[in-house]
Amino acid sequence: MSPDAATPVSELLEVSLGPQHPSTHGVFRMNAVLDGETIVKLKPVMGYLHRNHEQIGEGTSYIASFPFTDRLDYFCAMSNNLGLALAIERLGGIAVSERGEYLRVIMAELTRVLNHVAVTGFLLNDMGAFGTPLLYAFREREKILDFFEAASGSRMMCNYVRPGGVRVDVPPGWCDQVRAFVSGFPRFLDEFETLLTQNEIIRQRTQGVGVLPKALAVNASVTGPLLRASGVNYDIRKADAYSIYARFPFKVPLGTVGDVYDRYYVRILEIRESLKILQQALKEIPDGPSVSPKGAALVKAPRTFRPPKGEAYGRIEAPKGELGFYLVSDGTPQPYRYHIRAPSFVNLTILEDMCLGQKVADAIVILGSIDIVMGEVDR
Amino acid sequence: MLPAPEELKQSVEELLPGVTLTLESAIFWVTPNDLIAVCRCLKDTERFSLDHVANLTAIDYPAEQRMDVVYHLYSMAKKHGPVTLKVQLDRNHAAVPSLTPIYRGAEFQEREAYDLFGVIFEGHPDLRRILMWDEFQGHPMRKDYVPEDQDVPSG
Amino acid sequence: MIVGQGIFQGMAVTLKTFFQTYAWGRVLLRAVGVKPSEGLVTIEYPDVKQKHHERFRVFPFLVYDASPDDLRCVSCKICEQECPPQCIHITGPAKDEQGRPAKAHGRTYPVEFSIDTSICMSCRICVDVCPFDAIEMDNAYELSSDERKDSMWMTKDALLKPNEYFQKIKPAEAAEVDARLAAKAAKAAAAAAPKPAAPQTPPPASAAGAA
Repeated sequence: MSPDAATPVSELLEVSLGPQHPSTHGVFRMNAVLDGETIVKLKPVMGYLHRNHEQIGEGTSYIASFPFTDRLDYFCAMSNNLGLALAIERLGGIAVSERGEYLRVIMAELTRVLNHVAVTGFLLNDMGAFGTPLLYAFREREKILDFFEAASGSRMMCNYVRPGGVRVDVPPGWCDQVRAFVSGFPRFLDEFETLLTQNEIIRQRTQGVGVLPKALAVNASVTGPLLRASGVNYDIRKADAYSIYARFPFKVPLGTVGDVYDRYYVRILEIRESLKILQQALKEIPDGPSVSPKGAALVKAPRTFRPPKGEAYGRIEAPKGELGFYLVSDGTPQPYRYHIRAPSFVNLTILEDMCLGQKVADAIVILGSIDIVMGEVDR
Repeated sequence: MLPAPEELKQSVEELLPGVTLTLESAIFWVTPNDLIAVCRCLKDTERFSLDHVANLTAIDYPAEQRMDVVYHLYSMAKKHGPVTLKVQLDRNHAAVPSLTPIYRGAEFQEREAYDLFGVIFEGHPDLRRILMWDEFQGHPMRKDYVPEDQDVPSG
Repeated sequence: MIVGQGIFQGMAVTLKTFFQTYAWGRVLLRAVGVKPSEGLVTIEYPDVKQKHHERFRVFPFLVYDASPDDLRCVSCKICEQECPPQCIHITGPAKDEQGRPAKAHGRTYPVEFSIDTSICMSCRICVDVCPFDAIEMDNAYELSSDERKDSMWMTKDALLKPNEYFQKIKPAEAAEVDARLAAKAAKAAAAAAPKPAAPQTPPPASAAGAA
C-alpha cells in the first residue's frame, strides 16, 4: 500500500515495536513504517527465541523430545505432547489404549479451555484493561494447572502424553474433581462474557479492526480460531478425526466478518464446545491401562525404539491452530529429520495484510487476536 | 474424497501432458520444473481443491549429495488430504521455484527452509533470513554445519 | 437499551468480585440476592505455603535404603544417556585395586554422581528409565543459597536421601516402588534358595577358614 500522495517518503516514520515490549506476546519485533499514526508497512522480525529445537530433536531419542515439546507453545504443553505422540504412533505403528485416548482428549480439551480463556485475558490486556479480565481468567486457569500438577507432577511443563497413551494414570479422585470443575465453569464463563461481550469499549476497539477476508485466510494457510473467525469451516478435529474425536459431537463455531471481535467471540464459543466434549469424555472414560504395552516399553527404554524407515506427518488442532510434527526415520533410535509446523509461525504471514491502514494501537490488538507464542514461532 | 494415489497420479498426468510424477509409497516425486504446474493443477481442479499447504520443509542428505524439499497439501474446501509432494535437488545448487505466488502460506515456511538449509526459492517475493539474524553465515540445520567456536574471537 | 449498558454490566461484575473478597461483602451480596463465588484466591507465600500434589516434581534425588552407602544406584549410566539436556554426570562404577568393579552390599556403585540443576528440566525421564528405582523426583523447591555457582551443582552427598524421606513426601509412589522391589527381592531369593531335595553335606574342614 503506497503512502498518501500528500505525504512524502521523508515524512514516514520507521518504528521498531519490540522486541522488548509488554504487548508483543514474547520477544517479537515489528518494523512498522508509519504515516502519522497509520501503518503503511509492517514487517515482522522473529527468531529471538530460536533454540534450535529441531536439531536437538535430531540428536536425541524420540522420547527425549517430549520435554522439549512442552516448551514450544509453553501455554499448551499437553497439546504439544499429543501432537508428537501422534506422529510417533503413525511412524512406529503403536496402538493406543482406550483409557489413554480418553485421558489425552480430556487433557487436550482442558488445554484448549485454559488457552482460550488466557488469550482473551491477554487480548484485553493489550487493549488497556490492565489485569482485570486477565486475572479472572488466570484464576480459572490456576485450577486447571492444579489438575495438571496432580496428574503429571508439573503445572506447565507436563511431559505427560506418550506414544501409546499417557505416562501414568491419573490419581484416584482426579476425574471427579475435574467433573466438578467442568460443571462449574459455565457460570464463570457467563460472568466473563458479561464483563466483555457487550462492552461498548471493546466493541468499538475490535469491530471492523483487522479484517481477514476468507479467501486470503485459506490462501495463507491460516489455521485455528483465526481461520474460523473468517468463516472457513475447517477444524482438524473434524477433518482428520484423529484420536477418538469422532465419538464426540460438537459444533465448530464460525465468525462472519473476520475482525478481532469475531476472533474473541469464536474463542468463547469454542470453550463452550470444549466443555461439552469434556463432560462427555469424563462420563465415558473406561477403566484399564493408561498406556498400551508397546508404549510402556517405549517409556521404560527409549533407545530400544527403532521405527521402520519412513516418514509420518502427525497434526492436531492445537488451541492456536494446526500443530504438525513431521518425522523422518532412518531406522535408528534418533529421528533423521524432525520438523515442527507451528501454527503461530504460519499465522503471522498475514499480520501485515491485516494491519495496513490501521493505527498503531490497532496493530497491537490485531497481534493479540492472532494469538502467538514465541516459543512456537521460533522453536 | 481424495482419489487413491495411483488414480491421482493418472489424473494429474492427463490434465498436464508432458508432466510425469513418480509415485513411491504415497509420496509423489515431482521435478523442479513441473512443480508450479502440478501445484496449480492440484489447487485449481475442483475435484482436488488442495488449497492449504500445511507443511513445507527441507531434508538434507549429505551422503547422497541431495536435498529434498517436501510439501504436505491438504484441502480446506473438501477436508481431505494429505498429498505429499517431494522435490529432489542437488545439495550444492539447491534451487526450486517458489510456491508463494500460488499459496501465500508458503511464504514464511520457504524463508525458514532458505534460512536453515540454504534452499533458494526462485520467485519468492522476499527471500531473506527469518529465524537467524541477517548477518549470520551458513545454514545451521544442514548435517555438515559446524557451529562456530564461541571461545575463539572471530573477525 | 441505554448507551453504555455493556460497560455498566461489566462494572457490576467487577464490583461483585470486589465485594466477595470480604466476608462482610459476601453477606451483603447474599442479602441482595447475588450468589458469590470464591473470595481471595491468593496464597500469601511465605507465610502460607501452597499444598502441592504428591506428584509435584522439582529435581531428582538418589534413594538409599539402610545407610548412605546402601544406595540403589549401580552406576549403569542409563539415566545419563537418556537425560534430554544431559545434566547428569556419573563417574563409576567404583573399581578396586585390580581394576575390577568394587561392590558394596552386593552391588556396584558410582564414585561420583552429579546433577547440574541449572540445566535440569525436571522432566522425570531419568526416573522413568532407571531399572533399579534408584533415582526419584524430590519436591523441595526452596533451594536458594548465598553463593552463585556451586549450589546449582548437586553432588552425590547432596543427592542421597533415605527411603523414609521418599515415603514421607510421596507415599503412594513410594508404596508402589517398595512393592515392586519387594517382589523382585522375593523372586531373587526364591531362585537363589538351596533346593530342598539335595542332602546337606558338611563342608570340608580346610575350607572353613576361607575369607
